[in-house]
Amino acid sequence: MCMSAIDTLGRGNTFVRTHPSLSLVFLVGFALGVDLVHGLYTGRIPLENVSRLFWNGLLVGLILGLAGIGLSMTYSILNFANFSHGDLITVGAFSGWSVTYLLAGAGVTEFGTRLLIDANLNVTVLGDPVAVVAGLVLASILTILIALVVDRLVYRPMRDSSGISLLIASIGVALVLRHLVAFVYRAHTRGVTGSERVDILPVLEGTGDVSVNTATLMIVAVALMIGVHLLVQRTKLGTAMRAMADNQDLALITGIPTERVVTWTWILGAGLTGAAGFLIVLERGTLDFNIGWGLLLLIFAAVILGGIGSIYGAIGGGLVIGLTQSLSTIWIPSDFATPAAFSLMILVLLFRPSGLFSGVTTA
Amino acid sequence: MSSPPTSDDDGGSRPDSDASSGSGSDSDPESRSLLPETRWQRDVILIFAMLFGIYALFALIGVALDFDTNGILNVLREITLFAAVYAMLVLALNLHWGYTGLFNIGVAGFMAVGVYTMAILTASPDATAPGFGLPLWVGIVGGMVMSALVGLVAALPALRLRADYLAIVTLGLSEIIRLTFQSMQFSNALEDTLGVATNGGSGMNFPGTRGVVQYAFYRGGDRTSEPTVLGDALFGLAESFDVLPLVVLGWGYNVVLGIGVIAFYVLLVRIANSPFGRVLKAIREDELVADSLGKNTNLFKIKVFMLGCALMGLAGILWQGQTGYTSPHEFRPELTFYVFIALIIGGAGSNTGSVIGGLVFGTLLFQGPLYVPRLLQEGLAVAGVELGTPPNTFYDAVLPLGSLDLLPMLAYATASTNVSYLRFVLLGVVLILVVQRRPEGLLGHRVETAAAVDLSNRSRSTATDGGNPESTSPVDEHDQESTGGHSARTADDGHGLSAVRDDRDSSATNGGHDE
Amino acid sequence: MSEQAAGSATETGDRTTTGDESTVVDSPPPLRVTDLEKHFGGITAVDGVSFDVHEGTLTGLIGPNGAGKSTAFDCITGVYTPDAGTVEFNGEDITGLEPFEICNRGLVRTFQIARELEKMTVLENLMLAPAGQRGESLWQSVTPIARRGVAAEERELRERVWETLEFFEIDHLAASYAGTLSGGQRKLLELSRALMTDPDVVLLDEPLAGVNPSLEKKLLERIHDLREEGYTFLLVEHDMDVIMTHCERVIVMHQGRKLAEGTPAEITSNERVIDAYLGGEV
Ligand SMILES: Nc1ncnc2c1ncn2[C@@H]1O[C@H](COP(=O)(O)OP(=O)(O)OP(=O)(O)O)[C@@H](O)[C@H]1O
Ligand SMILES: [Mg+2]
Repeated sequence: MCMSAIDTLGRGNTFVRTHPSLSLVFLVGFALGVDLVHGLYTGRIPLENVSRLFWNGLLVGLILGLAGIGLSMTYSILNFANFSHGDLITVGAFSGWSVTYLLAGAGVTEFGTRLLIDANLNVTVLGDPVAVVAGLVLASILTILIALVVDRLVYRPMRDSSGISLLIASIGVALVLRHLVAFVYRAHTRGVTGSERVDILPVLEGTGDVSVNTATLMIVAVALMIGVHLLVQRTKLGTAMRAMADNQDLALITGIPTERVVTWTWILGAGLTGAAGFLIVLERGTLDFNIGWGLLLLIFAAVILGGIGSIYGAIGGGLVIGLTQSLSTIWIPSDFATPAAFSLMILVLLFRPSGLFSGVTTA
Repeated sequence: MSSPPTSDDDGGSRPDSDASSGSGSDSDPESRSLLPETRWQRDVILIFAMLFGIYALFALIGVALDFDTNGILNVLREITLFAAVYAMLVLALNLHWGYTGLFNIGVAGFMAVGVYTMAILTASPDATAPGFGLPLWVGIVGGMVMSALVGLVAALPALRLRADYLAIVTLGLSEIIRLTFQSMQFSNALEDTLGVATNGGSGMNFPGTRGVVQYAFYRGGDRTSEPTVLGDALFGLAESFDVLPLVVLGWGYNVVLGIGVIAFYVLLVRIANSPFGRVLKAIREDELVADSLGKNTNLFKIKVFMLGCALMGLAGILWQGQTGYTSPHEFRPELTFYVFIALIIGGAGSNTGSVIGGLVFGTLLFQGPLYVPRLLQEGLAVAGVELGTPPNTFYDAVLPLGSLDLLPMLAYATASTNVSYLRFVLLGVVLILVVQRRPEGLLGHRVETAAAVDLSNRSRSTATDGGNPESTSPVDEHDQESTGGHSARTADDGHGLSAVRDDRDSSATNGGHDE
Repeated sequence: MSEQAAGSATETGDRTTTGDESTVVDSPPPLRVTDLEKHFGGITAVDGVSFDVHEGTLTGLIGPNGAGKSTAFDCITGVYTPDAGTVEFNGEDITGLEPFEICNRGLVRTFQIARELEKMTVLENLMLAPAGQRGESLWQSVTPIARRGVAAEERELRERVWETLEFFEIDHLAASYAGTLSGGQRKLLELSRALMTDPDVVLLDEPLAGVNPSLEKKLLERIHDLREEGYTFLLVEHDMDVIMTHCERVIVMHQGRKLAEGTPAEITSNERVIDAYLGGEV
């Protein structure tokens, strides 16, 4: 027993030496964890709070992860930080919910008000399952179309430009997309989904339940992630994408048709992003034209944390960022939840630019 | 390619090669690359021509909209404000990005630090958001110093990052700063510890740099009291043209901003035309080369980052000081992007281009579109067409398009908030087009040599014809006003590289001479 | 040490060394590399290399492609921090210093693939190089009075720059952007820029690649002149004729290790070198 303790210690030592920054993160996390347990035990921190924050963080994390996959893919395959990614979320949210409203409210209110999501229909998954599913699917499709048009008009003529030029162009794209949405839908925040919570999943005894909308979000998000995993691991396209993310020139030489891979990157990335935009609204219940832009930096945080180019990293990073943002309010004023997440991102960029998880995974 | 024409009156004859001295004594009209002096003069003429062209355009707009003198002057005052503020911001950003290649997209954050520091230092202790009530200049200096310090904190670790990572770090920092000032909890904490506050999202009032103008025009700086001699004279003069004192006051502030722009410009042109600026350029081009040539690139980058941040803080102070009120909403990342758009339009790397970019952006792109609806209304009214009340929604505006009725859509598009959305769309499109088609900026590529003197202008008269390597030989060395110099010159070879070495290591130089 | 002193008297080319230069054995050599090692992941690029470069000599560094020559240069000049071993310059340990610190001590290098500063003119490229320019201080470059001194110094530098440009026959390109130069011209720019830093020891990584024959000859002559003025050169070059006719000493690297060292004559007759590198060429 003594031996094995020393053994563990020794391995821990090696880990600290090889992954100093990660160890620090673990240390801080551990300290906070101890404090949390202590707080819960003494009743200083109410259990309901923690459970609520945890769920909140988990949901935000899933969304960030889902949207982050697309950003991560374009970042690694097209070699630039896409600042219009947040506005693809906005595009997905608005276009998808337009469709849902058109279907859900057919015959109830005017076409125009439904199209512009001004009808206040209080849509729920159980109430209008078809409309929600159709909205989700079309959110993806329409976002893909927009992304492909943008790629054709803006990025394709600039394929040989530096990542910085593309980044700047993407800032222009962000301005255009966001304000076109504002022009069409106006700027007000609208209530979109039904507020009644149908409690179906008791989570932690007596502390919280998950509504159908939330459960749908989780199930769909996880399903999509698994789908991407299968696609990237099992298909030829996925192999080509991974090759191109690793080394574009090499991919070119080895005859991988890069333009086709680029198109598929947009299709996959924008599709997931549009779906994420739709799902966020399902959870939040409200929608305005800044929804995606407000998430952009958090998504960057998720992607960077997970290591740019890694799909699993984006998912993991999303969860870490979501939970950080949410759970940090146990210790710091709620106004600083988002700054805390940004700070974590900055620290990772400074001290571990390849991402928190790099070099740890066995793959 | 022809060699630079010789001009033999350099050296002693030129009193000062200061880029801003404007002496231009030895300008050579045929010289391919202009002397810093003459180029400077031409650039200033270009900038002013542009400014007055834009003034004329907006004055015309004012006339078209039936504005009176005060109205037109007010339009011009407003566009001048934006032009000046953006010119200063672009100049500061150009130092970071255009010159040194530091991709800082946290401009808004560094501005916020400067403005809020100034506000906290100078706000009255009795205000809703109390401050320390210190004099204006303390606020200005304090704001700049604080911006520079935040810049230092960001620079120390971040400057070794890749450009896109630096961008994300600075953007993140800028958002952290904005969210902090947005926070009421932060304001309350400040109040508990220091007795000052920022009032979160509702913003705070502070004396602001407009006080300078008020002090110049009114005794005691109070608009209700007697005007000073200067104020009296100007108000009197203005009155004879029916111009209101308030407009005069506004233009007074524009003078302050104008001085600010000139100061920024002179400072940055000097930096650009100096060995310091040369190192910055080298860092932008290839940092390892600059490093390998003995330049402590990190130190240069830190200095430049701090200076640029201080200037951004100052520009912010002058901007928000015009109203004496600031709030975190002013410092959204979009502001940074506007500055970038202006810089890219003007052409990154050029100070004159920066000023012109700021000018064009602040007036034509930023303010200009806001006049379009009223111009359109006027125009349609002349044609006898009534635009009518805009439809409430996009849908209502689209429906009539089916019957080829464009007016509702026009009315919708020119309704006040919608116009501002379309303006942002326009800005985005302009940005994309410039990056795609004219990455060198509006002016195209500008040759701005980083040196304190004209490099093509040699003191030795030479007869270079490029082809014949033996054609040059030193005729005289009348550049002896300079200190020391290269005295140990080998006898055998006129254009010997011995001049390349100086006398520092004479032991090696005199070791083995040719037999 | 002693074998080197003896070796440098042998000379096969049209040039003769003055002999007495290399007899100064007491003072440390300008450049001494001891047990240098550099790994990239699994690749060992430099594997325990040691050599001295003596004052006023032109030393050749040869070896097949991938032998580790450029990496050795990178380790010496601070571009990479070596994983093991030391670099001494004029008796001072400079291992792990920053490139600028090393350059300011008088050790400068050129890059195998010329790294011109593209959007700067040729003149600017050269004006950049000299160390300790007054105007590199922010204050001096912006304050009016100090600026006069800066301008005076700039005029002085300008003369040196023009002389250098003329020598390297690129003065007609003075106002061109470095990015518009041809490959050979870039090499010349790189070399002239390095010399503008006023070095004691110059490491040249294939400076002649892509330079036309007549200019190559002139460059080599120039290198000899400079060497006789006290400069020390370490030259990487694949052209064996150049190495054999111009270098006093030759170091041979192979697969990250030093294979041999000696006079050109010794090297050409060294079995291992012939096997590994020269093959049928000599
Ligand atoms: N940055 C790097 N990362 C990984 N491997 C490297 C790196 N730089 C060099 N190497 C490897 O180190 C070895 C030595 O390379 P180096 O460039 O020093 O060779 P060299 O002797 O200069 O060759 P050449 O004559 O072709 O210029 C090569 O195998 C090369 O692949
Ligand atoms: Mg090499």
